[in-house]
This record gives sequence, C-alpha cells and structure tokens, in this order.
Amino acid sequence: MVERLIPTALVEDNKFCPGCGHGIINRILAEVLDEMKLTDKAIGSMAVGCACLMVDTFGVDWIQSPHGRAAALATGIKRCRPENPVFTYQGDGDSMSIGFSETMYAALRNENITAILVNNGIFGMTGGQMAPTSLPGQKTVTSPMGRNTDLTGQPLNIINQMKDLNIGYLARGSVTSIKNINRVKKYIRNAFETQMSGGGYSMVEILSPCPTNWKMMPDKSLEHIDNTVTTYYPLGEFVKKGGDSNE
Amino acid sequence: MSKKDNTKSVLTLHPERCKGCRYCIPTCPKDAISISDRINQKGYKPVAVDMETCIGCGSCYTICPDYVFEIKEVQ
Repeated sequence: MVERLIPTALVEDNKFCPGCGHGIINRILAEVLDEMKLTDKAIGSMAVGCACLMVDTFGVDWIQSPHGRAAALATGIKRCRPENPVFTYQGDGDSMSIGFSETMYAALRNENITAILVNNGIFGMTGGQMAPTSLPGQKTVTSPMGRNTDLTGQPLNIINQMKDLNIGYLARGSVTSIKNINRVKKYIRNAFETQMSGGGYSMVEILSPCPTNWKMMPDKSLEHIDNTVTTYYPLGEFVKKGGDSNE
Repeated sequence: MSKKDNTKSVLTLHPERCKGCRYCIPTCPKDAISISDRINQKGYKPVAVDMETCIGCGSCYTICPDYVFEIKEVQ
C-alpha cells in the first residue's frame, strides 16, 4: 500500500459545490506537481469562472487574465520565465467560448505551455447558461427547451480542432471512476513532462460533472458523463510526440 | 497488513470537509462508508467510516472531491 496524503499545494479546503469535478482535478494536478517537484516553481494562469475559486486554495503562484485570455497570458509568462512550468487552468466556457481564439492560437504557435481545460458543458459560475460544448438537446437556463443545433451549431470538440496541429501532447479524460481518474493523472503528468522537455504545447481536456447546474444528483452526473457525454467527446490520448496515440 | 515492511494502511477522516456528495459510498470495495446523522459545520451530513471493515485501499481518497480521506502508513 502507498500513503495517500493531501498534496502540499492544496493549502485550504476547496470552495466548489458538492460533487463538483474541479475538486478531484485540483487534487490530481497538485499530486502531479508534487511528484515532479514542480510545486514551488509552477506558475498558473487563470481567467474567469469557477476555476478562479482555486486562487485562495491552490498554493502556487497565480496570475488572472481578462475573461478567456489565460493562454495568451501564459504565453507571456513562459517566454519571460522559460525555466518555470507554466500552465493554464480554465473551464470550457472560458477557454472554448470567450477564449477560443487565445486557446487555439497558443496551440497554433505550439507554445511550450500546459493547458488544463475542464469541460462540464455549461457556464457554471454564472448560473448554468448554454456553452459551445453543451450537448444537442441539453436544457440550460438559456436553452430551456434543449439546445437546438440548427440554431446554435454542433458541440465544440476542441480535440478535433487541435489534433492535426504541430503540438506536443493532446489528451482527453474524465473523472467518473478510479480508473478514469488514474488515467487523467497520467495524462496531466505526460503533459507537464512534454513541457519540461521543451516538447511544445500540451493540453488535457477533462470531462467533469456540474451537478448544481445540470440539476442532477452527483452520482447521476457521473453516469451521465459515462453514458452520454463521452459519445460526443471520446476519451484517450490523441497526440503524443514520440509515443503511441489513438489517432 | 503489508508483509514486506510490517506496516499497516490506516485511514484518517476529515468529516468537517465533507459536502455529502456520496461519491465514495459506491466506490468503497468493502462497503465501509455510510452517511452519518449529524450535520457538520458546512451544513452537510458527512460520511462516516467503519474502521473495522476499512482496509485502507485509498479508493475513497481517489474519488473524493473534498479531501476528506487520507491514508497513512503506521507500524
């Protein structure tokens, strides 16, 4: 057996809703930084959304950018401090809607940063509005009859947008089971190893439950991800320079 | 009980952190976790663990979003 102690970066109790996947992802990220001995050197870039609740509870240096611009900010930090591990931590509304341009251009430039994108298919902090990642037919406060894809387009699959680019690492995981959580930890570790070896842009998208805004019990939220969300957003490693991948 | 180094994995519970999401209950392979009747300072009914049944596998640590569980090695 191995000791499982709370990682050093988690300096306070988190402030997320009951059953929120951010808490699990925070812990995985903190474990990886501890195991790679990067906690003291890591610099995080955040923008706006539930992810910003981390700033008081996750003990690394943080800088907050305007809404969606975390990837652009991380680019500047990394170019000035190339020896430091630099990462963005954003939700899907922040990184794939308002900040879609910044996220995509960081990947197009193959910036040597790591992006953690948490996809719960909704704008969580502002009360559950429809996001580009919302599923067809998904009921939100701005699509009370269900998302109409004829009117609003198809769900945004960021992996499909990026997988043909010249980047270092690209993976998608979920936090619905022990097995999937352990996989996400491996993906995040691979992403930081890519950055620390100068391998270019690395991104891990993580499917995460939002029981509050989905209006589901937490256990049903995990089942919803496994049974429905993953049919639109398949899991796996999609780009892995120097290694095997799904594609 | 580990045969190699004669240590035992023991669970430490932080019930005041619990928000009652119950992810840990179906995850526990020994069904050692239940919801208690009391209400913690955050206003939720926290989990309770039957320490006699717990084997210290760490599954609850892995699934918990609120850092309620820790596994420590003791002699």
